[in-house]
Amino acid sequence: MDIHEYQAKEILAGFGVPVPRGGLAYSPEQAGYRARELGGSAWVVKAQIHSGGRGEAGGVKLCRSPEEVQDYAQTLFGRQLVTKQTDANGKGVYRLWVEAASEIRQELYLGFVLDRKSERIMIVASAHGGMEIEDLAESDADSLRRMVIDPAVGLVPFQARELAFSLGLRGGQIAQMVNVLTACHRAYRELDATMVEINPLIINGSGDLVALDAKMSFDTNALYRRPEVAELRDRSQEDPRESMAGDYGLAYVGLDGDIGCIINGAGLAMATMDMIKLAGGEPANFLDIGGGASPERVVRAFRTVLTDRNVQVILVNIFAGINRCDWVAEGVVKAYREVGMTIPVVVRLAGTNVEEGQRILAESGLPLHTADTLAEAADIAVGLRQKRAA
Amino acid sequence: MTILINETTKVIVQGMSGRIGQFHSADMIKNNTNVVGGVVPGKGGETFLDRPLFNTVREAVDATGAEASLVFVPPPFAADAIMEAADAGIKTAVCVTDGIPAQDMMQVKRFLRRYPENRKMRLIGPNCAGIISPGRGFMGIMPPHIYMPGRVGIVGRSGTLGYEAASQMKALGIGVSTSVGIGGDPVNGSSFRDILQLFEADPETDAVVMIGEIGGPQEAEAAAWVREHMSKPVVAYIAGLSAPKGRKMGHAGAIVSAFGESAQEKVEILTAAGISIAPNPSAIGATVAQVLGRRAAA
Repeated sequence: MDIHEYQAKEILAGFGVPVPRGGLAYSPEQAGYRARELGGSAWVVKAQIHSGGRGEAGGVKLCRSPEEVQDYAQTLFGRQLVTKQTDANGKGVYRLWVEAASEIRQELYLGFVLDRKSERIMIVASAHGGMEIEDLAESDADSLRRMVIDPAVGLVPFQARELAFSLGLRGGQIAQMVNVLTACHRAYRELDATMVEINPLIINGSGDLVALDAKMSFDTNALYRRPEVAELRDRSQEDPRESMAGDYGLAYVGLDGDIGCIINGAGLAMATMDMIKLAGGEPANFLDIGGGASPERVVRAFRTVLTDRNVQVILVNIFAGINRCDWVAEGVVKAYREVGMTIPVVVRLAGTNVEEGQRILAESGLPLHTADTLAEAADIAVGLRQKRAA
Repeated sequence: MTILINETTKVIVQGMSGRIGQFHSADMIKNNTNVVGGVVPGKGGETFLDRPLFNTVREAVDATGAEASLVFVPPPFAADAIMEAADAGIKTAVCVTDGIPAQDMMQVKRFLRRYPENRKMRLIGPNCAGIISPGRGFMGIMPPHIYMPGRVGIVGRSGTLGYEAASQMKALGIGVSTSVGIGGDPVNGSSFRDILQLFEADPETDAVVMIGEIGGPQEAEAAAWVREHMSKPVVAYIAGLSAPKGRKMGHAGAIVSAFGESAQEKVEILTAAGISIAPNPSAIGATVAQVLGRRAAA
């Protein structure tokens, strides 16, 4: 789960990371008021959306007067900001962060991630920050410093000092960097983050370290024990279909095609999408109904897939282990009747209670297309799709 | 021999009396698995499915000599249950639980390193379908009837895609020695390489099917090991050729975030290591048949 920059800054500041003074605005007037309240002669206005690349997309601006802050805010509010990380619809701007401008002497990069090789938290840092880490890894890989943290002892101060010196920091900056690293690590551990990124971490006009930007992501599996994090969720930044599916206990990712998919198991779902592509079709979505799916959850899966108006055919592919084909079949029949299905549905069932499942489908009398294998199911679905297009 | 489990392996189930644990424990017993008891804190002394229940794993091990444990414990308590099994001297633990926090698993992995090699527990999963040696026992949630006993090993992240492979093989008359689900989480107990090593050493396995997916470094790591050390043929399929970058596809681990993590890149790395690639998920069985035929002819 992602949160906004201002929320990440607030959290990190609470752990002791220095951040610029700023204020949140929900309207242009409030943005102008924030600037006056902060004082000074220059402010940075930053659109709060769950995406990087905001600067290039026109979502960040240095302003020289409270009037300019308000005018710029006027152009941002309600806009869909399209960055290179969002899809073509972009993300809606409903909150702005107004910050006292900082003088930048140097930009550094600092990130905490879960390293899947060592299966530990890894710090990635560079003395050359400001650009995306992907670009940095490509253009300036030699500047990257990596350090793995042993979960048994946490970040040891000597590691933090080593890292600080290796980035070329001097004097009081060393202690400041140790403090920033310790604070980020604590925030990562204590809030079940999956990512903490400060980019850029700057050296300001007085030679001090300040987090000019901040990004945090959290482990959704741990939200049950982090209610203070869970409440930061902002649904306006999510694909409404994905949020709805999540509420139903379904894993859904919307895609560009027109064959709706209802599958059990993430691996089988990806494989089915691959198979549809090979058969000449395009999947409309990834959807995993999860384990032990009740007929009701199957009905919800149909409703979720059908919210995508592009869907022309639905392909259900279930290989039941912890699931039961009879429950899924009941769900298919129920969904067909409840939603008033107008498009063809292809069903392939295999595994636990498959005979019972097939019997329920056959006895329903509904015009369902059934298949025995994955290849056959994909072929039928793509064939039906082409017939509809013709 | 098979790997990890056969009809003699003494198995306990942690969380046996829960809704899910109950259903699958009964299925395991019905299918020849040597289930010797269950662990449910607070229910020690009772019997369940004609097996004794214990309060702690240590009591269960002392009383039954159990060597393997299947963990059916909800996410908030699963890491604790795995560490309890490791400390009680269990040799192989299989954890089916989906949704364990990543940092809990980091701790588990660190905890397992406390023990010397000869009594270090092997963890399979979490978020996996389990392990099965067809006809000889299983620990997990798979439907056992889709597997035919035989001499090909299966190792995969996805449970249901593993079922798909096994049923395609069965349709072609190819049986399975052991099938192992390593699970879809970013931090998991055993890697592809760990399981390939076991299959390489198993005299009852002739070839291995490896079913990977987008995200993470484990397929590439396995490829390097296969190139250097594996004498038996390996067939692989990688799911997610049509998955967009940067999006999490259901499994917490299935997200392309670095070079070498997309399906296309993984296919190239595996091919370069001499692994036969099944071109699509419906061709896994046929590719295995082809490789076995080639080997028989050689």
